[in-house]
Amino acid sequence: MALLQIAEPGQSTAPHEHRLAVGIDLGTTNSLVATVRNGIAVVLNDEHGRSLLPSVVRYSPDGSVQVGYEAQAQASADPHNTIISAKRFMGRGIKDLPDAATLPYHFVDAPGMVQIRTAAGVKSPVEVSAEILKVLKRRAEASLGGELIGAVITVPAYFDDAQRQATKDAARLAGLNVLRLLNEPTAAAIAYGLDNAAEGIYAVYDLGGGTFDISILRLTRGVFEVMATNGDSALGGDDFDRRIYCWILEQAGLHAITDHDKALLLAKAREAKEMLSEQPSVRITAVLSGGELIDLTLTEDAFNDMTESLVAKTLLPCRKALRDAGLKPADVKGVVMVGGSTRIPRIQAAVGEFFGQTPLNNLDPDKVVALGAAMQANVLAGNKGQDDWLLLDVVPLSLGIETMGGLVEKIIPRNSTIPLARAQEFTTYKDGQTAMMIHVVQGERELVSDCRSLARFELRGIPPMVAGAARVRVTFQVDADGLLSVTAREMSTGVEAHIEVKPSYGLTDEEVARMLQDSYTHASEDMAARNLAEARVDGQRLAEATRSALAADGEALLTAEERAAIESLIATLERALAGNDLKAIKQAADALNQGTVEFAASRMDASVRRALTGHRLEEIDV
Amino acid sequence: MLDFNRNHFELFGLRPAFRLSREQIDRAYREIQTEIHPDRFAHAGEAEQRLAMQWTARVNEAYATLREPFERARYLLELHGVQAMDARNTAMPADFLMQQMAWREQLETAKGKSDINALQRLEQAVRGEAEALERELAELLDERHDYGRAAETLRKYRFLDKLLVEIEAAYDEIDG
Ligand SMILES: Nc1ncnc2c1ncn2[C@@H]1O[C@H](COP(=O)(O)OP(=O)(O)O)[C@@H](O)[C@H]1O
Ligand SMILES: [Mg+2]
Repeated sequence: MALLQIAEPGQSTAPHEHRLAVGIDLGTTNSLVATVRNGIAVVLNDEHGRSLLPSVVRYSPDGSVQVGYEAQAQASADPHNTIISAKRFMGRGIKDLPDAATLPYHFVDAPGMVQIRTAAGVKSPVEVSAEILKVLKRRAEASLGGELIGAVITVPAYFDDAQRQATKDAARLAGLNVLRLLNEPTAAAIAYGLDNAAEGIYAVYDLGGGTFDISILRLTRGVFEVMATNGDSALGGDDFDRRIYCWILEQAGLHAITDHDKALLLAKAREAKEMLSEQPSVRITAVLSGGELIDLTLTEDAFNDMTESLVAKTLLPCRKALRDAGLKPADVKGVVMVGGSTRIPRIQAAVGEFFGQTPLNNLDPDKVVALGAAMQANVLAGNKGQDDWLLLDVVPLSLGIETMGGLVEKIIPRNSTIPLARAQEFTTYKDGQTAMMIHVVQGERELVSDCRSLARFELRGIPPMVAGAARVRVTFQVDADGLLSVTAREMSTGVEAHIEVKPSYGLTDEEVARMLQDSYTHASEDMAARNLAEARVDGQRLAEATRSALAADGEALLTAEERAAIESLIATLERALAGNDLKAIKQAADALNQGTVEFAASRMDASVRRALTGHRLEEIDV
Repeated sequence: MLDFNRNHFELFGLRPAFRLSREQIDRAYREIQTEIHPDRFAHAGEAEQRLAMQWTARVNEAYATLREPFERARYLLELHGVQAMDARNTAMPADFLMQQMAWREQLETAKGKSDINALQRLEQAVRGEAEALERELAELLDERHDYGRAAETLRKYRFLDKLLVEIEAAYDEIDG
């Protein structure tokens, strides 16, 4: 749903107007928003000139919400209502959070994804994330002076389908039109690659606050091709903080401490960790609520010792990703370092040693993801011409369905390039079986119980046949956001069932619409006027796109009558656009879409042909 | 009119042969994607965007087949009407099977002892044999056009391909 500036009837937007689009790095620890301005990607600061927005949300009993530094400042005073690192809970059930008991939140185990009871009511991580996104959206609109046509939101490459879906829901809830979910390391590669005109194999090592990703990419003349990705969606700087925190408790002989003191010591631990990146030792002091005084000195060596296993834990995915890409460390031309935790000297050393080269640190590890996302948003918003770069990304984890005996049959292997569709046939195993349960899972293990369950649905109405006679074709489709939808169809009868794989907590379109409607009512904005404005801009866009398609290929691909028919459909649409009738605009736009299907197909053919002529002659008759 | 159902080789503008370099396939793939990827049509009408999506999925599928020697050979044979992996064709020479068993034993031992070096030695041996079979396949498919024998060789190759997958998995297992 595009949210756009409301224009007066008949007042059409200029044909090549710059469309406002942003890239958002929705981080575990910090979030940022960036855009492309006059051809250059820039991070947008808040009114105090700060670029980072701490990903912290505090709920108060009166329902008011604080986000960012303000909320962060209250974390130890109000630990139960101040949600830190909500990203770690996205698309996760309580059983997925081994450390849930040690966190200060009142978790509510809801189906699919945990929720948190706060002073302002029970909140899902999706809602918490939406609060962060809303602030960034407001920041961008204030700074750009108009409403956004859309945003590219980044996610860790290793996020599974449930985590991606949750992120998309959060964006919709914040009223953002999602142009694309983009993998964080891929975004970083765009920013780095375009800045440095890089060619060859690159690795992006992204260690943030709560997630770790490694992606191996091949950069070839404007094509960014992800060859393999791996990671750990529950490993990051937070874990280093906890190691120090445990060390403090041990050194000070503390056992049971209050949530307040815990939040305080975790903050001290993080501060100490960050200082150790600059100096060989650091003093940690704190006064606990019972009056106990903490005064300790932590050296870099001691810190390195206590976190050695965490550092090693990041190298394992690096090895796996290289293996999946069929490469050795020496094949990698450069290692781009992303995420605040790559400032830890021991990480720099370990990564350097593993890849046999000094890692690249010439871009700000905090900003590079947002900048890359902004560049991609600019392309997807249609602000650029033909010779842009192209991104070819992959699914991080294999997708499959449950078969007999609780085993997984993989349908899409990890690291397959998206978008893609793949089908496989299954059959009934009992005589007269009329229904088939389809259980969709994601993961690398052989047993269903070791993989993440994404969805279950049933194909009903299979005519009774002997076992093994029915042919049920299950088609998996992964779109450019990395999101899966599944269709099952019995081939002899055509009985069909289809689902978008939405985890059970997934918000329905109606729920989002209602929540958005509520927020508009509060802002006393008129939903009908917005719908009309959106339809009008979409319609203008379509008319414009069709006109330029006609100008480019109408002559070559259409007869005079065909061309006249399309032109008359455009004229009808443009008449509707001049009026205020939402239904008329939609109908005219639909008619134009319908009326150009064949023309579009011919244009695609021409594109494919063009691609072929490039290398055809030299290779066909070797 | 371009046919959505043309074969993978035609789609990529490559001659239908086993002996294709990875660079040739990759280059053709990138060139097509550059023209048809949905991101190229971000600004186009709905119909074109949908088509771009379908084409890209189709091209990705073709790429996944062409770039893997096993899949490429199997596909070529299919184009020549030979179902190489037909379940009825299971006979294998005894010495080949003995070698397979020996290798599988080595794999189990290496896994049991978490012996990375042994695993690497095994991998090297298996890869060497796989490459020899690839050369044989190229000759049978591209020069002699002996599809019956090519199918036999491919069935052998499949054993090695699967073994290599298991060796990869063993590395992961040993790594923890
Ligand atoms: N100088 C530093 N030394 C060590 N760690 C740091 C430093 N600066 C930031 N960090 C850590 O980086 C993490 C945040 O990184 P960031 O990339 O913003 O994370 P995310 O992407 O998860 O939001 C935190 O754990 C923070 O403590
Ligand atoms: Mg990050």
